[in-house]
Amino acid sequence: MTSIGTLHYLVVAAALFILGVIGVLTRRNVVIVLMSIELILNAVNLNLVAFSRLWGVHGQVFAIFVITDAAAEAAVGLGILIAFFRNKETVNLDEMDLMKW
Amino acid sequence: MPAVLYAAGFQAGRDAHPMTVGTGFAARIMEPVATTFFFYLLSGLAVLGGVLVITRKNAVHSALALILTLLALAGLYLMLYAPFVAGVQIILYAGGIMVLFLFVIMLVNLEHSEKEDQFNHQWVAGVLAAAALSGLFLATYVTGRALFPQRVLQLPEQSNTQSVAVLLYGNYMFSFEIASLLLLVAIIGAVVMAKKRI
Repeated sequence: MTSIGTLHYLVVAAALFILGVIGVLTRRNVVIVLMSIELILNAVNLNLVAFSRLWGVHGQVFAIFVITDAAAEAAVGLGILIAFFRNKETVNLDEMDLMKW
Repeated sequence: MPAVLYAAGFQAGRDAHPMTVGTGFAARIMEPVATTFFFYLLSGLAVLGGVLVITRKNAVHSALALILTLLALAGLYLMLYAPFVAGVQIILYAGGIMVLFLFVIMLVNLEHSEKEDQFNHQWVAGVLAAAALSGLFLATYVTGRALFPQRVLQLPEQSNTQSVAVLLYGNYMFSFEIASLLLLVAIIGAVVMAKKRI
């Protein structure tokens, strides 16, 4: 525990990943579910950058691409949310069941 | 000892030691200070922010907690000698994506959604699935503890941006262009979906 190694960063990333998964599976508010997805992406980023310390700068380049993808996905997801909210006036995930049989 | 390091920096040029900052007479070695304390502080802040994101009733509080997590992660990237990714994280993630989230929360914020139940009716199954996943992580990290080597790469600290740029515009040029195309598509999609009349 005296010197911080790679495994310490991996455990922190795993904790953030688990928190994101719990948020996606349990919350009813759509915006908070989208924010939990961002938590998951950040956990992956921490993993990538932690391993880039061992194996070269490639992990950091991949982390930059992940951040770019997260921006595009957040924009599109929030656009869908706004379009849905204009029709149904709710942000409750349980009430978004138009495609259920 | 500092005099020796000054002399080494002046005579051997900028690459005398990977942690050299400055050139000539102003060269000095930057050693990491209080690594353990800062690691636990930053990772504690990140996990605290994560817990607050998934438990708050008010969506604005969740967004602020996520900003706390993002800034703590940027600090962790700095500790991992990745200053460019840390800067990108602060500018793009905390300064761009979270502002987008806050704008949308402002648009869809309903008073009564704070008074309803916050967790859906299948939260037990969700927590059980997350517990199973955490068990898998634990098993992996405990059995694979010997896989991670002790030595870390000593990359020169002042040329991290240059190294990232060489890879980004060299090996990964195609992915870079595709990412810009992806952003263009995302912009057009978001504008079309959020318009009142197409």
